[in-house]
Order: sequence, then structure tokens, then C-alpha cells
Amino acid sequence: MLRLKNIAVARGGVPVLSGVSFALEAGQALILRGPNGSGKTTLLRTIAGLQPALSGEMEGAEDRVAYSGHADGLKAMLSVAENLKFWAAVYGQHDIEGALEAYALAPLSDRLAGTLSAGQKRRAGLARLMVTGRPIWILDEPTVSLDAATVGLFADAVRAHLGGGGIALLATHIDLGLEAQVLDVAPLRAMPADLHGASDEAFL
Amino acid sequence: MIALLLRDLRLALRAGGGFGLGLAFFLILTVLVPFSVGPQSALLASIAPGVLWLGALLACLLSLDRLLALDYEDGTLDVLATAPLPLEAALAVKAIAHWITTGLPLVIAAPFLGVLLNLPPQGFGWLVLSLLLGTPALSMIGTFGAALTVGIKRGGLLLSLLVLPLYVPTLIFGAEAARRGAIGMELETPLLMLSGISLGSIALLPFAAAAALRMTIR
Amino acid sequence: MSLWEYANPVKFLALSARVQPVAWAAALTGIVVGLGWGFFGTPDDFRQGSTVKIIYIHVPAAWIAINAWIMMLIASLIWLVRRHHVSALAARAAAPVGLVMTVIGLLTGAIWGQPMWGTWWAWDPRLTSFLILFLFYLGYIALWEAIEDPDTAADLTSVLCLVGSVFALMSRYAVLFWSQGLHQGASLSLDKEENISDVFWIPLVISIAGFTLLFIALVLYRTGTEISLRRARALAVRLDKEL
Repeated sequence: MLRLKNIAVARGGVPVLSGVSFALEAGQALILRGPNGSGKTTLLRTIAGLQPALSGEMEGAEDRVAYSGHADGLKAMLSVAENLKFWAAVYGQHDIEGALEAYALAPLSDRLAGTLSAGQKRRAGLARLMVTGRPIWILDEPTVSLDAATVGLFADAVRAHLGGGGIALLATHIDLGLEAQVLDVAPLRAMPADLHGASDEAFL
Repeated sequence: MIALLLRDLRLALRAGGGFGLGLAFFLILTVLVPFSVGPQSALLASIAPGVLWLGALLACLLSLDRLLALDYEDGTLDVLATAPLPLEAALAVKAIAHWITTGLPLVIAAPFLGVLLNLPPQGFGWLVLSLLLGTPALSMIGTFGAALTVGIKRGGLLLSLLVLPLYVPTLIFGAEAARRGAIGMELETPLLMLSGISLGSIALLPFAAAAALRMTIR
Repeated sequence: MSLWEYANPVKFLALSARVQPVAWAAALTGIVVGLGWGFFGTPDDFRQGSTVKIIYIHVPAAWIAINAWIMMLIASLIWLVRRHHVSALAARAAAPVGLVMTVIGLLTGAIWGQPMWGTWWAWDPRLTSFLILFLFYLGYIALWEAIEDPDTAADLTSVLCLVGSVFALMSRYAVLFWSQGLHQGASLSLDKEENISDVFWIPLVISIAGFTLLFIALVLYRTGTEISLRRARALAVRLDKEL
């Protein structure tokens, strides 16, 4: 379960979104929509615990989140399997076979990540989420540089994750065919007058 | 933690990992010293401990800007910050990996370069011991400096500017211990102080480095 | 009414506007009286002649150089613990003043040292410590300048100030140890306070007080400037404009 109540988030100390509330039970997914720069990434980073929220309450995120941002967290000079094994070990897991299978990476597993195409790299980056064993997936623009077939693989992987009682939170513009709630963040944009404990509030 | 250590070691050994670069720099620097001060063996012998310590310190500094910057660029640090491993432990491990790939080879190479500089025979053991005790502090302080500057574009020069003043006590006690060893003076005090700096750095600086890194990622 | 109320930028500026004229006037008086008395109202030293009079600039500058860093350390701690912006900005404002005072201390020391010791520079423990302090100031200021986000900059410079203070202190002891180790029984003692007579002492204290007030006035003024810049930035960001 993941619950946000009236969360406000800030970029560079300035509020960008306010009044974000939603609740996700096990097996549910939420898709964030909104124009570029509307604060989707900031919100996802806040939920992942990379930065503090300005105000509001958040429940159920701590130590249960696997985060995938714009970068894949892969080392160019390590093979795909080595990269995944490393992340699995960091999260106290061992098995990477399922992840390789799900993203059709088995033929590439001995290739150095640096020699992969952008789409293949992205697949390996997404496979990383599967080896963490964490229930909440947070994905920021996961389908960038993926072709149609791979988007299907990704949608299947998310569906399987949800089926296993997981939670997924995605910022994407592509229709993945998932049964998911949709949250448009555009109306939640913080107004210039909103402060919510902004760090430079004292100067205004 | 072991996984992170093994990964960093493996990365350093792979092509483009920069392993051996510091060592080569150390060698070249030592070779250049006689060209700049003259080949008189008495003069070289008297400055050898200091030159070798300075060379080791600069070689250590050379690889610091890669220590965290690469992990920052490819998103690894974001993932590490959300992983179950505490960031403090992750940074301590990275410092250890840096020491194994940079500091330890310098310690091993130092006596051979000591021969080039006419280091007196009784000085070799003390030189190695002082480097062995002091280089962990260099790696740990360097990790702290790297954490401070990781979010800054072209932060390499700034990193040197921040780290070099922090290296002063380590250099003074380390080079002093090696110098006293070379001329057969009592050297217990500088060795103890050097160990104290290393142990203190390893115990406390991971917390400062992790705090700085969290501030940068935020 | 608590002291922390002045951590509010607006209240701070109001207080600063009232204090500053007094501080500037007192600083000017202290420096004019201290230097005037010291330069013209004291006899020449029987050994050092009139060169000793540089002490009325040298010692106050060195005093500020050290205490500016201590003030920055305290301000950094306040920022890290209580998140008062004025505190972080005051630390930022004090750093260049401390840097300049360190340079003045080093230069006047060199000018004084030349006729006295026959050399512009010696690796005396105290001189070396000031040189290291100079490097710490440089790094601290460079880090402030390098980071775009003002809060992150305040955070990271505060951490640097804390860690730097520990290492600066260690450097001080290391240098004492090292310099003794190099030249046994250093004959060049800079510790003039021990054997100074009242005739020199009183104008020196006035001069130190004048320099301290000058430091306070400068920091108040510069903090005000930093607050204005930060306020302009806070407004510009909300209007989606580049500053």
C-alpha cells in the first residue's frame, strides 16, 4: 500500500506541485501525466525518498521503492549479467534469470552494457527493477527509446508485477494498455503565491 | 557491501577504468624530480621521503574526480541512495576500493622509486609503513571532497582546491615519519599521529561525505 | 522575544540598518585613534625602531582572519541545525573579508619580517598556519561560487566549513610539530603580546576593537546584499524569469 496525502514538492526550493493525494493498494498502478516541466520527475523522486517533501503525509514508501530515472544505472564496462547481479546483490537478492527472460535479454547477457543500443540499454535498466525484489516500482519515462515490441514486453512485466501484489507508479505518455488510475498533475501546479514551507519563503 | 567493492575493483581493472594511471603518474613524477633538482645523490637522498610522499599524494588526487562523478552521471548514485545499503557504508566501501586500486599500488611501488632517489637503506621500511598508514586517510578525505563536488560541472579543479588543504596534516606527519626513518631518528610520534588521522577519517568522514552527497542529489 | 527573530531576513535588515551607522562610525573612530596613536603617539622600539609600528595593522588583521573563520563555523552550524538563511548568508558574506584580512596579515608580516629577520618569508609555524588558513578560505569561497542552487551551496559549504575546521586545527598542530622538527628551538617568535609594554598595548587594543567593528559593519553590509540577491532570485524563480 502506498498513500500520499496533500503532498507538496519543490524543485530547487521552489514549490512545483501541491495537494497531491492518492492511494494505491497492492496490485494497483498509477500513471502520471502532465506537460514537460510540470513536476512529474520531482514528485517521483520525492516518493522514492531522494528528496524531502515540502509538506503533506506519505505512507508506505520507505524502503519499499525501486526507482528508475532517466539514467539506467548501468556500467558500460560490465556485462548485462554483471550489472544485474550487482544490483541484485545490493538489494539482497540472487536470481536474475527471471529479469533476463522478461526483457528477452538472455542472448545479450554477456555483452558489455556499453556496446548495447539505446533501446537494449533501456531494457537492461528496466530489468534492474525486477531484481530488486521491491514491491513499489517508480518509473520515470520508462519507454524512452523502446520500440513497439519492447514496450509490449515492458507492459507485460509491469502486469506481472502488479499480479504478484506489486505497485507501480509511472510517468509516461504512451498507452501501455494497463488497467491503471491516471493522475494529471497539470491542475496541481503550485501557484507563485503558494509557499508550503518553501525554503526561500522567508525572503518573500 | 562486498558486491559494491567487487564491482568497483572490477571496473577499475577493466579497460578505461584508469587502473595504473596513478601509478604511472607517480613513476613519471619521481623520474622528473632529479631532472629538476640535479643528480647529486646526497641531495636526492635527503628529499626522497618528501618527494615520494608528495608524489603518492598527487597520484591519489588524480583519480578522485572519477570516484563519484561516473556513478553520478549514469544514475548509479540515485539508485544507491534508495537501496537498502546505507549511503555512509556505500561511500566507505568506495573509499576502500579507491585505496585498493590507487593507494595500495603506490605503497608497493614506493620502495622501487626510492631506489631511483637514493633513499637510504634504513628508510625503505619506514617509507612503506608511513604510506601504508597514511594513504587510507588520503582516499577517505578524497571521497569526502568528491562527494562535495560531484554535482558541479567541471568540478575536478575545485576538487583539488578543496582536498589539498585537507591533506596537509596527513602529508606533514607522513612525510615527517618517512624522513625521520630515513635518517634514523625517533619516529613514534608522527607514526601515531598519522594512524590517528587515518582511523579518525575512516570513522567520521563517511558520515560527512554521505551528508554532502544527500544534499547534492536532492 | 527571542534572538532568533533576527534570523528573519526582513527583521535582520531593519536591525542591520539601525546598527550599521553606529558600527561604521565606531569602526572608523577605533581605527583612526588606534592607528594614529600607535603610529605617532608611541616611542620607537629600542631594537626594532619604527618598523614595530606595523603591529597596529598586522595583529588586528590576523585577529580578524582567525575570528572570521570561527564566526563562519558558528554560522554554518546554525544553518545546518536551524536552517536560518541569514546565518548561511552571513557566513558567505564573512568569507571574503576573512580572506582579505588573512592576506593583509601575511603581507604586513612579510614587510615586518624583512628588516627584522632579513627574509620576507620563513616557514615559521604561525606564518605557515596562516598560509593554510588562506587556502581554506579560497576553497570555501570557490565552493560557494561553483554551486548554482543557493540552498545546496549553503549546505555543502557548511559541511566543508565544519570538516575544514577540524582539519585546520589538525594542520595547526601538525605544523607546530613539523616546524620544531625542522629548525630546532626556533628563534623567531612572533608572540609579541607577552613582552609588550602598556605604551604599545593600549593603542593596539583600540586598533583591534576598531578592526573588529569594521568586520561587523562589513559583514552586516554584505549580508544585506546577499539577502537582497536571494530575495530577487526567489521572486524571479516564481515569475519564471532568469535572473
